[in-house]
Amino acid sequence: MPETPLLTVCDLDAFYGDIQALFGVSLHVALGEAVAVIGANGAGKSALLKSIAGALRTRPEAVVFDGLPIGGLPAHVVAARGIALVPEGRGLFPSLSVEENLLIGGQLKRAGPWTLDRVFELFPVLAERRKFSSTALSGGQQQMVAIGRALMSNPKLLLCDEISLGLAPIVVRDIYARLPAILEHGTAIILVEQDIVQALKAAQRVYCLQEGRVALAGAAKDLSREQIAAAYFGV
Amino acid sequence: MSTAMSAAKSVRQNVRVVFGDRSSHIGLALCALIVVALAAAPLWGGRDDLQLLSEMFAYVALASLWNLLAGYAGLVSVGQQAYVGLGAYLLFAFAILAGISPLWAIPLAGIVAGVVAIPVAGLVFRLRGHYFAIGTWIVAEVFRLTASQISVLGGGSGTSLPASMVIAIAPTRQLRDFVEYWIALALVIAILTAIVLLLRSRYGLALKAIRDSEIAARCSGIDVTRTKLLVYIVTACGTAMVGALIFLQKLRISPDAAFSVNDWTAFVIFITVIGGIGRIEGPIVGTIVFFLLRQTLADLGTLYLMMLGLVAILIMLAAPKGIWGLVVARFGFSVFPLERKVVFEELSPARE
Amino acid sequence: MDWINVILQGILVGGLYAMFAAGLSLIFGVMRLVNIAHGDLIVLAAYVALVTTQTLGIGPLTALIVVVPVMALIGYALQWFVLNRTLGDDLLPPLLVTFGLSVIIQNGLLTLFTADSVKLQAGDIEVATIRLTDGIYVGVLPLLQFAVAVAVIAGLQFIFYRTALGRAFRATADNPEVAQLMGLDNRRVFALAMALSLAVVAIAGVFLAVRANFDPSQGPARLIFGFEAVIIGGLGSLWGTLAGGLILGLAQAIGAHLNPGWQILAGHIAFLVVLAVRPQGLFPKVRT
Repeated sequence: MPETPLLTVCDLDAFYGDIQALFGVSLHVALGEAVAVIGANGAGKSALLKSIAGALRTRPEAVVFDGLPIGGLPAHVVAARGIALVPEGRGLFPSLSVEENLLIGGQLKRAGPWTLDRVFELFPVLAERRKFSSTALSGGQQQMVAIGRALMSNPKLLLCDEISLGLAPIVVRDIYARLPAILEHGTAIILVEQDIVQALKAAQRVYCLQEGRVALAGAAKDLSREQIAAAYFGV
Repeated sequence: MSTAMSAAKSVRQNVRVVFGDRSSHIGLALCALIVVALAAAPLWGGRDDLQLLSEMFAYVALASLWNLLAGYAGLVSVGQQAYVGLGAYLLFAFAILAGISPLWAIPLAGIVAGVVAIPVAGLVFRLRGHYFAIGTWIVAEVFRLTASQISVLGGGSGTSLPASMVIAIAPTRQLRDFVEYWIALALVIAILTAIVLLLRSRYGLALKAIRDSEIAARCSGIDVTRTKLLVYIVTACGTAMVGALIFLQKLRISPDAAFSVNDWTAFVIFITVIGGIGRIEGPIVGTIVFFLLRQTLADLGTLYLMMLGLVAILIMLAAPKGIWGLVVARFGFSVFPLERKVVFEELSPARE
Repeated sequence: MDWINVILQGILVGGLYAMFAAGLSLIFGVMRLVNIAHGDLIVLAAYVALVTTQTLGIGPLTALIVVVPVMALIGYALQWFVLNRTLGDDLLPPLLVTFGLSVIIQNGLLTLFTADSVKLQAGDIEVATIRLTDGIYVGVLPLLQFAVAVAVIAGLQFIFYRTALGRAFRATADNPEVAQLMGLDNRRVFALAMALSLAVVAIAGVFLAVRANFDPSQGPARLIFGFEAVIIGGLGSLWGTLAGGLILGLAQAIGAHLNPGWQILAGHIAFLVVLAVRPQGLFPKVRT
């Protein structure tokens, strides 16, 4: 019997001002599932995550989370409900140290397995640098802080916006290697990526966006390279 | 740019930039009529009418200049009273110390103020945004405190214009009233014209670009600092001339009156905000509203000032573009349009 | 001997100026807003203290227990209902709204209390002095005021850098959009910052009221002193603001000693000199 998904996006239209970024996008994510959303620049991936996280206004029913419509709710309310965003470009707070960035993530005080110590267990290199200014870290380490910060709010759904952006492949592999530990705790993840390789390895299902619409959807292992390339580039 | 040119060439078109349309032409014609009627005021108006109108002209001029500075150049100053007072004191100084006729002293005060504005800008331009605003206020305070230390011009209690200088304007009181009135009218028209011309010139285009995005403007090759400096100097010049005329009509000056924040900044800002920032018609509309309110409510004293403050706050929160902004949004016309339209005119069809 | 007294007086009053400045600096740091009504709010706090001491029959320093929460509440409400609506990229709305507020407060106080200057009496402590060495005496009240100023700045430092609230302030100041995504309601953070600012204003207002005569028109001058202290000290640094206040107080004291009419002008000139020679201030916080 199919259970109600944790997150259902239904016929979502999203606008940046007067410009429409998404046209009737629909997708769903189940508890503890990893879903990849891929697409070229401008395909609407960030708009999708922002709409879910509450940074972009939408119709209430366009985004249903945990059985309740959350579209259009302000971002801080959505965060309290259990959705955490790892923003594109990390979005760390420069005035705060590594540890303080993590603590900000935890200030919602939601119940769950993630604490400061647990995050340092997941990313040991951060423990050594906990008092450093967040800007004094390498790109990969900053990405770890951003992920850790999101985890500190013990979310049910983690939204990762292009965590591989600007990082060396070995660093990307290192970060993706930690994802199973996150999934183990029952957190669902949406991975938005331009880099398809890692995303397809990590996710069970894939959605491909092209110019604001879902061009392809399916289980990662069932889709062929050619299908994905065609959907990605809109050929 | 080149595609448009080649397109124009191939169909033999003329390309020109125009301002305005039919509604603005009608508006301008109406304006011309009003100006003629105002110029004839000494014929139909009494002494009180002329004084009221002069005061209104002064505020239209001051508000238009503040609007240029804040609404167009993005330099929000709460210290323009520095130049009102400076212009006024220069006029009195020229009259008392150098025996220069007040009529010549007005443009002279403007020029000197323009020169003074340069080092002042050198200082206050180091501050940005809100801090710039307070910095200009401090400069005005420095001017005020300095003026009250100059004993030859009356020190803290001020002084009056010598009788000989008063006669130099015109031999009879009635003629003096007329002359001062016409100067006020001429000054406000000159200032408004200068503003319109400035905004329609390439400096105006630069200002628009700076207002939208300073960084992008800089990248387009616009010398942002020089453009802002030009506007600051022009505004200082105009404000000083208006200040000189205002206190010429009062015949008396004192530091507190000449550098009053209330009279020359608070009221000016309220007028511009209520009328509409960033549009030329705004200060005119605002002045009319302000004087209507004053004629009806000024008896309330401090309550009147509180109401002005409240109205300004409400307008800023609810209708940030002021009354004229609402009119433009609703009806889409303007009297002094500044939007540039590119017009293609066919000269003759190209022969193949 | 004379000069040492002058310098001492200047430093002690500088503490008061630092308090004027601290609230201003806090607000600008957190939400990039300069509150033109800041000085008038200090005067308002002084009048609240006046009413409190008169109706409750307590001393001015005890009155702080009432004045501080009252002003904090006013700050929260002001930010929540009015100033939050003005925040954004355009700097005109907050500037003009706070300007309008300044006019309203000044004239409101004028209507309620008239233009007569008043002063709060603190009793014997006002004339008590401590003898430092031969010929050098320091008033107990100015010393207390200075100590409180240092304590306030230290307290604000503590809040900003060692508490969750301070973290929230800094995060929201850095990046309001991401802070919102982390669950921080910006409107609440800003309102709390304004409440804190006005709590400091309350303390400054009470000391102002005890120190000298005050009347409704004194707001703008306090704003200017606070502002000058912030700029001289350097943006972004609370201890810098203290230093700025001290330097301003010193400049004024020296100016007054040379010629009483030059007191305030000397302060303005010190400000302009710093602006000309070192516009970033003497101790700016360098952000990496």
